[in-house]
Amino acid sequence: MSDKIIDCRGMACPGPVISTKKAIEETDSGKITIIVDNEAAKINVTKFAAANNLGSAVESQDGHYYITMIKGTGQAVSAAGTASASYPADSVQVYLITQDTLGHGSPELGAVLIKAFMTTLLEVKPAPSVIMMINSGVKLAVNGSPVLDQLTTLAGRGVTVLSCGTCLDYYQCKTELAVGEVTNMYTIVETISQNKTVTL
Amino acid sequence: MQHSNVLVGITTSDDAGVYKLNETTALVQTVDFFTPIVDDPYLFGQIAAANSLSDIYAMGATPLTALNLVAFPNGKLPQEVLLAILRGGQDKVAEAGAVIIGGHTIDDNEPKYGLAVTGTVHPDRVWTNAGAQPGDVLVLTKALGTGILASAARAGLFPRGVEAAVAGMAALNAVAARVATDFTVHACTDITGFGLSGHVYEMAAGSKVSIIIDSTALPLLPEAAEAAAMGLVPGGAYANRKYLESVTFADTVPEPIRDISFDPQTSGGLLFAVPEGEAGELIKALQAAGVAMASKIGCVTSEGSGKIYVR
Repeated sequence: MSDKIIDCRGMACPGPVISTKKAIEETDSGKITIIVDNEAAKINVTKFAAANNLGSAVESQDGHYYITMIKGTGQAVSAAGTASASYPADSVQVYLITQDTLGHGSPELGAVLIKAFMTTLLEVKPAPSVIMMINSGVKLAVNGSPVLDQLTTLAGRGVTVLSCGTCLDYYQCKTELAVGEVTNMYTIVETISQNKTVTL
Repeated sequence: MQHSNVLVGITTSDDAGVYKLNETTALVQTVDFFTPIVDDPYLFGQIAAANSLSDIYAMGATPLTALNLVAFPNGKLPQEVLLAILRGGQDKVAEAGAVIIGGHTIDDNEPKYGLAVTGTVHPDRVWTNAGAQPGDVLVLTKALGTGILASAARAGLFPRGVEAAVAGMAALNAVAARVATDFTVHACTDITGFGLSGHVYEMAAGSKVSIIIDSTALPLLPEAAEAAAMGLVPGGAYANRKYLESVTFADTVPEPIRDISFDPQTSGGLLFAVPEGEAGELIKALQAAGVAMASKIGCVTSEGSGKIYVR
């Protein structure tokens, strides 16, 4: 653990965010304090921390803001904290992805969000054990997918990536599958019923 | 006291001043200049010119002449930089069919560039921001997020979004304005420093109506929402947000979209208020003419005092 204090007072936007990014990247684990002198910078640095799955606390002193975040332990605590006791001891984290965009509403925004989600997933520890794609979600695992790099990176780190075979057939893209394996409904049902599953 | 020939003056926060010369011609005048928003001087010149010309288009007018306004740190930056800025402006003004007939340069620490532009319009065909009517639909012609992506550019992040933002900022609003002349335009403005919310507010307040914006229908530049979520939001967006108390959001509107709605735009799109029956055809015609991002983003609900609701 090492403590880092970065003084961003007097910096113009987006200076404080860039300095925060650098500090987070350079810190394995430890406390990072960012000092800024205006509200816009305070909100931006807080947003940046949240986007990187780091909680932050803000203290205000004489019109200056001291934003503190802890890298390392914070992520582990939040992941463990959400685990439910009703699953078997060897239960793993499963993501079931049911469409090629994230959330309901604007498809354009949904496409942006799924990419942001997958990119963020790369930073989350522990990583999920299994990512399963059904319906239009399978389009994320084929050639030309906007998140192919992210999924390939996750697969390279040992994450099991599975795509529904029926769905690949329906969208006529089975030959385009570029990451992971084809799976069937039996495996999907068994996997989601025995593990902690997040459905998107 | 307002002169009787002044058709649009400084009281309605409109895009340009309009002065009636005779029964068939009114003069439209505007000026805008700013510090570099991109590193490439030629692109900066193009963007500054497209931005200055935009106010003429937003009034339904045709640009005729322009004057350069230049601040440049003589001796500290190479002369080629200045020449590239002016060339960018020159090319964009020529593309608009107008001509630069003069200008003025001063020595200053930081470069600044823009133009004073003069155009003409028939006095009965002026588009103001004050004519929106209940039942109108709002059509926006460019994607949002240029301020956020300019921040991203300074941070060296989101290159794909930055590239799209630069292309959007350098594009003239000429085509959109020309297409819209075949439709019933009740009100028009261009989206610039006060952000979408700010300029919609000016339209709503000027027209004495209330407006609903559909946040899921807003055309967004690629990666703008991601950049906003990362905190690459310019200070101006927070200032707009603080100032615009008459804008309220549904709980479901995500934070990055709220940021984008307040994001100061450079050389943003035109915002038209047209009768509901014509909106579909207008969007079709705009897209057919190459204004690909043209979108229906909201509607005028009732007479009111400038309340904006984003759902």
